[in-house]
Amino acid sequence: MNRNNLDIRMAGLGGQGVVTAAHILGTAVVATGKYAVVNPFFGAEKRLAPTESYVRISSEKIYDRGEILYPNIIMVFAPQVITQGKSHTIPFWTGLKKDGLIIVNSADPIIPERDKKALDELNVKIVYVPATKLAIEFTGTDLATNMTMLGALCGVERQLVDLESVMVAVEERFSGKSKIIASGTSAALDEAVRKKFEKASEMVEKNREAINRAFEYAKGC
Amino acid sequence: MSNTNTDIHTAQKPVSADEMLHSAARSRTFITGSEAVAEAVKRANVDMAIAYPITPQSESMHLTGDLYAQGYIGDYYRAENEFAVMAAIHGASLGGGRVFTATSGPGTLRAMEMFPVWAGSRQPIVCAFMCRGVALPPSIQPETIEMAFLLDTGMIMFHAENAQDYFDFILAGYAIAEQPEVHLPVGVFADGFFVTHTREVVMLPPDDIKLNVYDPTFAPIPPFDMEHVPMRMVRDPLLNKSNFVSYAASASWHQEVLAAAERARKHINHYMGGLIEVENPDADVMIIASGTAVSQSREAIRAMKDEGINDVGLIKVKSVRPFPEKEIEQATAKASLIIVPEFNVGGWLSREVKASIDNNKRVAPGPRVFGGASMPSEIIIGEIKKYRQ
Repeated sequence: MNRNNLDIRMAGLGGQGVVTAAHILGTAVVATGKYAVVNPFFGAEKRLAPTESYVRISSEKIYDRGEILYPNIIMVFAPQVITQGKSHTIPFWTGLKKDGLIIVNSADPIIPERDKKALDELNVKIVYVPATKLAIEFTGTDLATNMTMLGALCGVERQLVDLESVMVAVEERFSGKSKIIASGTSAALDEAVRKKFEKASEMVEKNREAINRAFEYAKGC
Repeated sequence: MSNTNTDIHTAQKPVSADEMLHSAARSRTFITGSEAVAEAVKRANVDMAIAYPITPQSESMHLTGDLYAQGYIGDYYRAENEFAVMAAIHGASLGGGRVFTATSGPGTLRAMEMFPVWAGSRQPIVCAFMCRGVALPPSIQPETIEMAFLLDTGMIMFHAENAQDYFDFILAGYAIAEQPEVHLPVGVFADGFFVTHTREVVMLPPDDIKLNVYDPTFAPIPPFDMEHVPMRMVRDPLLNKSNFVSYAASASWHQEVLAAAERARKHINHYMGGLIEVENPDADVMIIASGTAVSQSREAIRAMKDEGINDVGLIKVKSVRPFPEKEIEQATAKASLIIVPEFNVGGWLSREVKASIDNNKRVAPGPRVFGGASMPSEIIIGEIKKYRQ
């Protein structure tokens, strides 16, 4: 297709903010004038159960919707997606397109040799980022793992969306300027996150820092 | 009923449906289908909304509850179950209020008895249906099978392709439902999850305007009046005695309900730009679809153009009741192959199409997706290539 499109699959565990990360990335992309369509894996949501969300990005209008079966990029928010099969597809990279990209939340390589071989044949680039470690270090909570994963994505895929648009989208999401409710549970979670940081502005500031650090970490990868 | 809940609501300026839908300047938002529904309700000057949760509908009525808390809706409560919702919303409508509710799949089936009641008493109720699987076997995923069950309830039925349509069709739904010569319930359908849970760009008019208040004195049945014609005529003989007069009374009112839906056509043309939309009308292959199957078909057409295949057209069916028989007949006049992709196992849209056109062997049975999967454009393209050989 000639629409310069990029399809991203974000895989993680329920409660990690996989859906929120997709929302923020989509908002940032749309703000730059490009098109984005965002949706979660459909169905009931449970903490720690496999969770996926999808972001379609294009320079042209996007009609396609539903789960992304053939992504260009897979972001693995939790090592268990790979190590424990907490994934909607096994192996977790099923459908990944040639010359694709995988970003894994882990300091050390965890993709098994057999999968690695298949991914090499597809000419896939694999980047490991200690996203949870960075989140805890700069915000004091692992709940910001989705922020550091977004920062890492922007660091690796520099032309995707500028960091400042992501920052503005983060602020919109958490400052209460938008009254978005992803679901009852995620509204409750937002509230829990907010309490942890006491003030929304402080939280946005810390998230900014975490995103920046992850961006810098991943830039050279 | 009147809207006196709080100042927010009264501060909204009442406008005509034409201004709301056609001339008010719009701004860009990035929202889900559920949020688009709430944005429509916010501007619809609704007197009463009644909720009962079911996936994937729950968020929209949750957000509608928030609108009540903010003062945009006169009254709101959560009923005991879907049947109770649909029965109570009927009462609120008979009482002369503009009403709103929503449900999904099994909720639709549970409330089934009330839909022909709404049509039979000619109430302009607007209900959003967020279509999902029923126990066929059980599924909470997107499917449009419930629409098949509602085709002959007398209700007007619109099928939204995306969140933008959902917003526009709900507001247009009120404008069309409340025409004195129509005055029928309108079901506005969208595919659950594919629309309700998907975030996309939606253009919205400002939220400091709302539709003009609903005036029940223009209703063909006076509010709360069961003692005069036509309701007295329909109700008494039918329920109290079986005789030829009662058969005739009931039959004539049946016909009037159907005639009212026919009279809706010109209003659908006016407020929604037609019962169908056609792309590439001279094409040899025509895809006919409704809901998100339209979007998937658009992707298929784009991909085929990239391959150099340019003779595939598209008919988007927006109004399922009344059904656009003549429009479809005309738009398929030059087609040698007609493909009807659907998100249900029964294939109700292809049956409707087959019943509307000449030489219906041109209609290929599918592709059909059910059980929860998405419909990649590849399977639509595959179907076209298969039947073309």
